Amino acid sequence: MHTVEVKNLVKNYGAIQAIKGINFDIDQGEIFGLIGPNGAGKTTALRVISTLLQITSGSIKVLEYDVKKDPEEVRKLISYLPEDAGAYKNLTGRAYLTFIANFFTDKNKKEMIEKGVTIADLENRIDDKVDTYSKGMKRRLLVGRALMTDPRLAILDEPTSGLDVVNAQEIRRIIKDTVKAGTTVLLSSHNMLEVEYLCDRIALISDGIIIERGRPKQLMEKYNVPNIEEVFTKVVK
Amino acid sequence: MKSLNNIIKKEMKELLTPATIIPIIAMAFIFGSIGTSMEGIQEGLNEKPVIGYIVQDTGDLAILATSILDNRSEIVFNSTSIDDKSIGLEQVTQNDGLALIVITQNFSENIHNEKQGGIEVYWIMKGAGIMDSISSEAVEQLIRSINYQISKNLIEENTTVNATIALNPSNKIDTTYFKGKELNQLSPGAIIGLLSTQSFLIPVVMMMIIIVAGNMVISSMAMEKENKTLETLLTLPVKRTSIVTGKIVASATVGLIFAIIYMVGMSRYFAGFGGFTAGLNLADFGLALTTSDFVLIGISLFVALISALALCMLLGTLAKNYKSAQTLTFPITMLALVPMFFTMFVDFDTLPLALKALVFAIPFSHPMMAARALIFNDYLLVVSGIIYVTIFAIVTISIVVWVFKTDKLLTGSIRLKKFADIRKRYRR
Repeated sequence: MHTVEVKNLVKNYGAIQAIKGINFDIDQGEIFGLIGPNGAGKTTALRVISTLLQITSGSIKVLEYDVKKDPEEVRKLISYLPEDAGAYKNLTGRAYLTFIANFFTDKNKKEMIEKGVTIADLENRIDDKVDTYSKGMKRRLLVGRALMTDPRLAILDEPTSGLDVVNAQEIRRIIKDTVKAGTTVLLSSHNMLEVEYLCDRIALISDGIIIERGRPKQLMEKYNVPNIEEVFTKVVK
Repeated sequence: MKSLNNIIKKEMKELLTPATIIPIIAMAFIFGSIGTSMEGIQEGLNEKPVIGYIVQDTGDLAILATSILDNRSEIVFNSTSIDDKSIGLEQVTQNDGLALIVITQNFSENIHNEKQGGIEVYWIMKGAGIMDSISSEAVEQLIRSINYQISKNLIEENTTVNATIALNPSNKIDTTYFKGKELNQLSPGAIIGLLSTQSFLIPVVMMMIIIVAGNMVISSMAMEKENKTLETLLTLPVKRTSIVTGKIVASATVGLIFAIIYMVGMSRYFAGFGGFTAGLNLADFGLALTTSDFVLIGISLFVALISALALCMLLGTLAKNYKSAQTLTFPITMLALVPMFFTMFVDFDTLPLALKALVFAIPFSHPMMAARALIFNDYLLVVSGIIYVTIFAIVTISIVVWVFKTDKLLTGSIRLKKFADIRKRYRR
């Protein structure tokens, strides 16, 4: 069974067609990257899979659950990190993680929170209010929040957005470790190096259509280029 | 100079937004309307009051009093026998009159013998708002005129009557018929004074709770959007109904805490102005609320607050950020102000049918009217109000939950943006 199975997905905003019938699937333990230019439909696709937006037509399955029919069951399996997500400013980092953990478990709540604290790696600042955090600190906290719940599917929209090189590297390492622990990851990114480093398979989306897909290495060979950035440029042009 | 102009222009543009302009215009409109209503009332005062009278005395001062009544009021009933009192009251009521005035037996003789002459006033009270007290003031003015003319007459004739009687020649005894109750020793003015807590304090406090708690809900939704926490919340394993209910219950609780604080302060404030009813107590006239009445008021307040917050939540889904949320509180403020002013100035029962329907349709009206209605055993209004507001709250919450389940919560602004794009293209 695939962890994610997207079939003929169409998403319209009124008269605007943001996604025009895309198909892809993601296997368990895989990191799948959705890449494409601005406005291509990446975030819309992630939001639909995350149950935030309704499906216009087509279907999405997350493990055995249909996103349209069982959104509440799907939400128990996933964790979504939006690109520009925020946290409640009047809470401390730890209180925010506790707030989120309360939705998931009663038994291993402490362990879950500690995992979030470890991933966020904010040291003493974890007990300061979120309002006082830098952009990078906030992002680390949110990545901690997204991964501490051991989701079956982590949907990460630009996970290293706004982070410096050191922090971005650390987040990538955490994502890799999370996958080793059994989580499947669907991510979108503008950073082609990140995609090349992290993803087992990628799909290039442009104007709501998937125009290329495959393993990064295969695609580089197919287009006879040294990196994914050039694959992207060739395919999109 | 150019830079200064540039800054002034930019500041003016930021300050003059619909959020700042509309409330000012609305408040100006409300106060203008009140002023116009007051002018109407003043004009009404100049009109002759509709009354009936029974004159049991044939003495000179009774004739003087009768001539004043004849000249300064519209008489719909007159008689010389107190046995006709019930017919008189019926006639006055049928003619939308204000009172039946009885000049008692030996009126003139008593005054000439240095005793006060008796004037009994049987009031037909229609409502307990400020405007209703103003209409009864026309009859009070009539009685004062009678006293004045008798005083003048006594002094001019240089009779031996003493100064106390000359200055206060009559003793007015009030009996008021209001909402099926006969209230002895009370004029409409005194009843309105006694009901000031129900007429002023409760509507003001209710209005404050709705505005404060409503603002909290709308701002909470706006902050979720502005701080980008909403998307995360919506992908957590929590039912949409739990999110909606959680926000409403939290705001209602805080709103009620605020209400208690306001209530304490406002009750002291009104107590400071309560001198004219000092010593009088509603319970002394059988107008006290029972425990079950308080339970009904509590239920009415609770369902109205829930419906207000559900409505605010619905408006909050339209908020893009904290600033836009401030504009969205305006409809709620208006909906709270309208019944507050109506409850203060007029009685629900005296409103024209269209206004009755409007006031009834606004869910916040019901707790404002409940206490006064229950004092006069108008359970139908209160219970039907509770049923209506409960249905209103359920429907509104269902709509909010539906909005939470659709794209509208996150993409509500897309249509507007699209519309703006089309407009731009059209302009080009």
